[in-house]
Amino acid sequence: MRWDWVGSHLDLFAKLLAQHVYLSVTPVLYGLLISLPLGLACVRWPRIYPPVLAATSVLYALPSIALFVFLLDYTGLAPATAIIPLTVYTLSVLIRNVVDGLRSVPEPVRQAATAMGFGAARRLVQVELPIATPIVIAGLRVATVSNISLVSIGSLIGLGGLGQLFTDGFQRSFPTPIIVGIVLTIALAVLADGLLVLLQRLLTPWTRARRAGA
Amino acid sequence: MSVLQLFLDWISQPAQWTGPEGIPARLAEHLWYSVVALAVAAAVALPAGLAIGHTGRGAFLVVNSANAARALPTLGLLVLVVTLVGLGLVPVLVPLIALAIPPILVNTYEGIRQVDADLRDAAEGMGMTGREVLLKVEAPVALPLILLGLRTAAIQIVATATIAAYVGLGGLGRFIFDGLARRDYETVVGGAALVALLAVLTEIVFALIQRFVVSPGIRHRAAAR
Repeated sequence: MRWDWVGSHLDLFAKLLAQHVYLSVTPVLYGLLISLPLGLACVRWPRIYPPVLAATSVLYALPSIALFVFLLDYTGLAPATAIIPLTVYTLSVLIRNVVDGLRSVPEPVRQAATAMGFGAARRLVQVELPIATPIVIAGLRVATVSNISLVSIGSLIGLGGLGQLFTDGFQRSFPTPIIVGIVLTIALAVLADGLLVLLQRLLTPWTRARRAGA
Repeated sequence: MSVLQLFLDWISQPAQWTGPEGIPARLAEHLWYSVVALAVAAAVALPAGLAIGHTGRGAFLVVNSANAARALPTLGLLVLVVTLVGLGLVPVLVPLIALAIPPILVNTYEGIRQVDADLRDAAEGMGMTGREVLLKVEAPVALPLILLGLRTAAIQIVATATIAAYVGLGGLGRFIFDGLARRDYETVVGGAALVALLAVLTEIVFALIQRFVVSPGIRHRAAAR
């Protein structure tokens, strides 16, 4: 471990870290935007759920390096080459959690909301989605953490991010950047995970009240 | 030319099918890395998951360490081990095993933990010992989730074993990295498609295993849910 090297490259780490965050968080947002309506559709029309699930799990089985390489020909060395495959991965994790979350809403709760005069849209936004939130966020945590780890594979084809420290260290047989890269990747993942846990606490204050009362 | 056409052209060349650089040899290397890594990961994670799920002790540790392990960048671990100890089977296996342990451990633990408490009470009431309850009641009921963990691990291993080629080892990733280095797009597509096919095949194999080893009663109950 060469600490002087670490000290003199802080600018580089900041740049790679920013790239890494951009490449791993954007797909989570896209994935959430796509899986919410898709999950709703699957709950409303249960017949389309098995094919959607099968399609996403086949896509999940594709190795990331293969997807990066396939896309390289169409999108070139652009962020999209990393963002598209990672969105697909996010989708295949999240869709399941969105559907499970919406299905976890107890029928009496649904009926109570309807009896109170809630229309379908208002019931969805004010009752069903909040109840589904913990399960959806559990999926977001898995997707975010594994995206942060997967982005580094993109550096093999030159997409940037903290993975560059791995390729750089390997080419020069110099362990310091590799260790820095691993530590920063894990720190970023732990931080992102912690933020999502915090978000869940903020969005679902009633779960805490119930636990305290029990 | 479409990706499919490229792939078909590539695999239909007889040269691809012979010698130490051919598809069968690379496929064998890839499978070898994958099977050994999965076996070692399962040998560590299955007993640990069973024990922790059964006793409830150490659960906090499992959930948290599994989350941290998921964040571990496989590529970083691979190049670090190679840089420190040199090439060989071990540097390839270390990151693959680290990748495979969390899903097996978490699913096994969750599967055992979620077994209906009434079932457990009934088994104990019938005079079963702790070990019998675990192996004859809890494990079979938890089997679908345990298999899901193994399947997730296997697919991740197959997909990730590709990067062994980056440090100069074999496997199907060779086609991808050699192709990239030579700007030979056909070879890249061929290698990537073979890895994808192998991953899908792994998925199918596990679906078949599930069909044959999970008790029909449990399968129906899971389907009804």
